[in-house]
Amino acid sequence: MTTTSHSLAIEAKGLRKAYGDRTVLDGIDLAVPAGSIFALLGPNGAGKTTAVKILSTLVTADAGELRVGGHDLASEPQAVRASIGVTGQFSAVDGLITGEENMLLMADLHHLSRSEGRRTAAELLERFDLVEAASKPVSTYSGGMKRRLDIAMTLVGAPRIIFLDEPTTGLDPRSRHTMWGIIRELVSGGVTVFLTTQYLEEADELADRIAVLSNGRIAAEGSAEELKRLVPGGHVRLRFTDPAAYQAAAATLREATADDEALSLQIPSGGSQRELRSILDWLDSAGVEADELTVHTPDLDDVFFALTGGTNLPDQTKETVR
Amino acid sequence: MSTLSLAVRDSSTMLRRNLLHARRYPSLTLNLLLTPIMLLLLFVYIFGDVMSAGIGGGSADRSEYVAYIVPGILMMTIGGTVIGAAVSVATDMSEGIIARFRTMAIHRGSVLIGHVVGSVLQCVASVVVVGAVAVAIGFRSTGATVLEWLAAFGLLVLFSLALTWIAVGMGMASPSAEAAGNSAQPLILLPLISSAFIPAGTMPGWFQPIAEYQPFTPAIETLRGLLLGSAIGDNWWIAILWCVGLTALGYRWSTASFNRDPK
Ligand SMILES: Nc1ncnc2c1ncn2[C@@H]1O[C@H](COP(=O)(O)OP(=O)(O)OP(=O)(O)O)[C@@H](O)[C@H]1O
Ligand SMILES: [Mg+2]
Repeated sequence: MTTTSHSLAIEAKGLRKAYGDRTVLDGIDLAVPAGSIFALLGPNGAGKTTAVKILSTLVTADAGELRVGGHDLASEPQAVRASIGVTGQFSAVDGLITGEENMLLMADLHHLSRSEGRRTAAELLERFDLVEAASKPVSTYSGGMKRRLDIAMTLVGAPRIIFLDEPTTGLDPRSRHTMWGIIRELVSGGVTVFLTTQYLEEADELADRIAVLSNGRIAAEGSAEELKRLVPGGHVRLRFTDPAAYQAAAATLREATADDEALSLQIPSGGSQRELRSILDWLDSAGVEADELTVHTPDLDDVFFALTGGTNLPDQTKETVR
Repeated sequence: MSTLSLAVRDSSTMLRRNLLHARRYPSLTLNLLLTPIMLLLLFVYIFGDVMSAGIGGGSADRSEYVAYIVPGILMMTIGGTVIGAAVSVATDMSEGIIARFRTMAIHRGSVLIGHVVGSVLQCVASVVVVGAVAVAIGFRSTGATVLEWLAAFGLLVLFSLALTWIAVGMGMASPSAEAAGNSAQPLILLPLISSAFIPAGTMPGWFQPIAEYQPFTPAIETLRGLLLGSAIGDNWWIAILWCVGLTALGYRWSTASFNRDPK
């Protein structure tokens, strides 16, 4: 506990991985302090899953100095495995047996005693709302139930470092919030969580630090607040129902960004009361009457689009998603 | 925990998992039993008269031919049962849970060892079932001593182990369960071109080497000798050599594929 590297649960320097001639991770650095939540964001195919697979000993990196739980990934993979729990992007459950049997299988592999295994399994099944389904074959579970079982199985050995690759994809809003609660609870008990997500709201809610992966590199890293400061995403959005009114307004407000399809205009603004008043005064004097006015402060969506090659206009997301 | 006790503990956990699969979904194992039993009945009751005559004089009740064919059928049962191992390994490898096992601090080989031990146990069970059918249709091995029975059992287990490791290698190398089933098919077909149904000596001259120099023939001849008292000659050590060689090869092949980065 004397050097800083000991308080880092996950540490990567110059992590590289290529599949054939496709470089997926082009020398990335990561440092995740113990007991924190780290979120890795990035568009589809950015290499999030690849990073998780490498850090969880599933595939080997081409290069990089990697330590997880204080152990070197290359020379002590078993020691790393003993300190981690992994829920991959794709379900890692045994579909042929029941949910409870899956949990007991994990207990056996963690060498828990029979009674301890049964207790842990029962507790986690309860916690993940799977008691009723516990005695049914997993192949009959819904996607969300499988996901919950998957994460419950990861927690059986009480790992100190947990990798969650898109943990809430496919969960309904209630289950998602339950999951967030569970993740927070784990971290308050000192567990380190490394998660990837497509839901920027999730990273915003949970993560102490967020890294955005783009083109094989970390495009930005910091707390949600720090990242939001990177982009000028604040604006006021005016929406019209009448195309004629929209056309007239668009002609008048030349500095606004127009979206012809949505009949909306965006005026850059920081969102303060003073700025809003001046915009409203200006609209009044110009004779523009919008049907709806919303204030948009920069969020992680803006950061995401700005950093990963799109524009910072959320309304154009459909075109920027690859 | 020492490496050995870790290996034993984790492998038996994996074995329990595989046996649970086999118990829950017995159709694969049962289907694989059908082929040897059907061939046994087919050869004895449909082709029996001609076959009995063919292997030398032949008695009217076909009992001699039953005695001749059963050792081969038992070996074929093993060849058929291990196809199940190839299929279940390939199925398993396409399951996400294997990725989970790989990230856990368990004995690295336990996944495969669990499959292998499970398959050997299934082979023994299948041999017992097919053997019971053989006894029911008149097979008798009254001349064999206890030692010969034990040796016969040992040979069956060793042969099961060897073919299982090869089948596991095939399962590991196959992209899908269907492909695994197909590539393991020769394991049940090889006995057809061995001395299982007719003596190799009665086959066309050019074909005899193929029948003689494949693993089934020496194993079948040894089993025949142990159960029925026919001459074994060099066959016993050739059979053991085959078993050891195939086990080593299958083991190396399987573990190398398992240790490779998953796709
Ligand atoms: N086994 C593999 N062989 C070849 N290419 C691969 C392999 N695994 C991943 N890739 C490639 O690596 C890149 C990154 O994939 P990865 O699964 O890490 O992305 P991701 O960020 O997790 O994406 P998503 O958000 O869709 O889950 C992709 O271009 C993918 O095609
Ligand atoms: Mg992914």
